[in-house]
Amino acid sequence: MFSESPLEGAEITASGVGSTMREVETGRDSRNLLPSGASGLETIGAHAWFGKHHAIEDVSLRFPKSSVTGLIGPSGCGKSTFLRLLNRMHEFIPGTAFAGQVLLDGRDIYAPEVNATEIRLKVGMVFQKPNPFPSMSIADNVLAGLRLARIKTADKYMLLEDCLVRAGLWKEVKDRLKASAGSLSGGQQQRLCIARALAVKPEVLLMDEPCSALDPGSTLRVEETIVQLSEAMTIIIVTHNMQQAARVSDYCAFFLSEGGPGRVVEAGLTSTIFTNPVDPRTADYVQGRFG
Amino acid sequence: MACASAGGVPTRDASPNLQSLFISWLPLVRFASIWPGNDRGVAVAVEQHDIEQREVVTKKPPVDKVLHAVVTSGALASLVILGSIAGFLLYRGFQIFSDMGFGFITGSTWEGTGGEGEFTKYGIAPMLVGSIVLSLIAVFVALPLSVGTALFVEFYAPPGLRRVLISILDLAAAIPSVIYGLWGLFVLRPLAIGWAEALNDHLGWFPLFRVEATFFDGSPFIGGLVLAVMISPIITSVAREVFSQTPPELIDGARALGGERWSAIRHIVLPFGRSGVIGGAMLGLGRALGETVAIYLVVSIVFKINLQILFTGTGNIASMIALKFGEASPYEVKALLASGFVLFVVTLIVNLIATAIVNNSARKAAK
Ligand SMILES: Nc1ncnc2c1ncn2[C@@H]1O[C@H](COP(=O)(O)OP(=O)(O)OP(=O)(O)O)[C@@H](O)[C@H]1O
Ligand SMILES: [Mg+2]
Repeated sequence: MFSESPLEGAEITASGVGSTMREVETGRDSRNLLPSGASGLETIGAHAWFGKHHAIEDVSLRFPKSSVTGLIGPSGCGKSTFLRLLNRMHEFIPGTAFAGQVLLDGRDIYAPEVNATEIRLKVGMVFQKPNPFPSMSIADNVLAGLRLARIKTADKYMLLEDCLVRAGLWKEVKDRLKASAGSLSGGQQQRLCIARALAVKPEVLLMDEPCSALDPGSTLRVEETIVQLSEAMTIIIVTHNMQQAARVSDYCAFFLSEGGPGRVVEAGLTSTIFTNPVDPRTADYVQGRFG
Repeated sequence: MACASAGGVPTRDASPNLQSLFISWLPLVRFASIWPGNDRGVAVAVEQHDIEQREVVTKKPPVDKVLHAVVTSGALASLVILGSIAGFLLYRGFQIFSDMGFGFITGSTWEGTGGEGEFTKYGIAPMLVGSIVLSLIAVFVALPLSVGTALFVEFYAPPGLRRVLISILDLAAAIPSVIYGLWGLFVLRPLAIGWAEALNDHLGWFPLFRVEATFFDGSPFIGGLVLAVMISPIITSVAREVFSQTPPELIDGARALGGERWSAIRHIVLPFGRSGVIGGAMLGLGRALGETVAIYLVVSIVFKINLQILFTGTGNIASMIALKFGEASPYEVKALLASGFVLFVVTLIVNLIATAIVNNSARKAAK
């Protein structure tokens, strides 16, 4: 399947099965369509395995800079797995394997000379379940990345405030920065995790169902945060909430596994995916007829 | 089931009509429990002090009651046994406490094998101090060793090696202490004498490593090392257990922020497991305090307070009891039982501290 790509530098291509070589070529072609100097994240023919289990197959997607891309699809189709390929966290699980390429600003992050830890600084991640560090205060949580990656900053307080403001949490916590992170509500904790991810200044932010544990109010706050953040960074968000995908994302990719490995059925502008999808399965899914 | 017992029906499966009755009652009951004063309408909202708080009673089903009784009696039995041991020691040794007074703890002489009289003096200070010094050396050496091993097993060892190491560690924890004693006597002691010499040569300026004469055999250092090897498996297994409880999402979170494995361990795993590890160290300390046969074999038992850990001669209460029991007069036996009571109390205190620390860490982890 191949979505029309009406906007230059903003298209997402999804290749189905077929001949692998050709599909990889497709991926390359689409990359060549990028205006020179443009940056972002791109996968070319990405596969992932858990031992013998082939979890995702031949995913080629483009994530242009300053855009939000929603990954949608039924449970178990490999969205989380795909996300963890993008910041090299897939390899933490013993026995896993990967094939294909992931390009960050045109550079293959799986190249042998690349330091995976540095990639994780550039490609941040927010998890489904808020996971603030319970032994640290709110302030220490935001700055935890600096300590973990041994980064020096001149003005920690500026950074702290900046990240909390951008994550939409500053007003709520500015008077209790020294309090334990565990004293925050779930929604506040999730925004704290976003602030924490921002502190190491990533170019890309991966979010795996960031609102699934939150109430509607907190969800709305996080969504506002996502839209604001996307002005300066590439955001990829997994969500089961179709309204959310429609609200926050510029592009959407629909994953489906149908018994075998997960694949991208269709990808393109969110408006197209939701109103005029090419594949009937996409239409069924976004209208809630299965999944 | 809950509604059946609330209705006073003792069996689990209530008959259908009863069940439907309870189901029809259920909303009412729930409503009542949410709004204790709902029949008073608006008054509730206006006059807060009018709200009568209800006592909430949880009825236990019969199975629970039986289990409760079994568990309680088990706990009581072990308490009674513990109490009777302490009582026995105190009862049999009481005469010594009243004869010697506080001198029994602070005195450094163990004289007189005959009956009671003014020439008979019993004071266990050297052995009490020896017990503590030996155990402290043991924990001091074993703790870093164990934490390192636990981290390796939990985070670095490949899965196959990990399984092998875990079974070896479990086995090591089960080896009788006499084996450790013999191994210490024939294998570790000759090596450790060399290490003690080297320590004294190079770090002799440090008060702890000074010796009054160059006799290094049978020292607290060597005894402590043997104890360290003995308690390491215990501390390691506790440490491994608490490290493995670190929520994986916290480690993932740390790695996603660009932390290397070691940073994640240092900033996430170690703080998370700290109290648990301290608890494990206290358990090891408790075992080291009471160790008898390994000390008996490895250490030259000398009845003198020795704080020069590299210098020959020390001992602990347990090994002293074993050493003297054979040819003790009835009066001396009382003194040995009194020593046993002191050891009991010291061990109890250490274990209480350990329990408090472990509970505290469990409570923190649960938050
Ligand atoms: N750690 C793992 N070990 C083995 N198989 C795994 C592991 N994690 C995921 N899988 C498998 O990989 C496939 C994709 O899982 P993944 O978690 O990526 O799905 P998902 O699309 O994120 O689902 P959900 O929407 O429920 O989060 C599933 O078949 C799953 O069973
Ligand atoms: Mg998932």
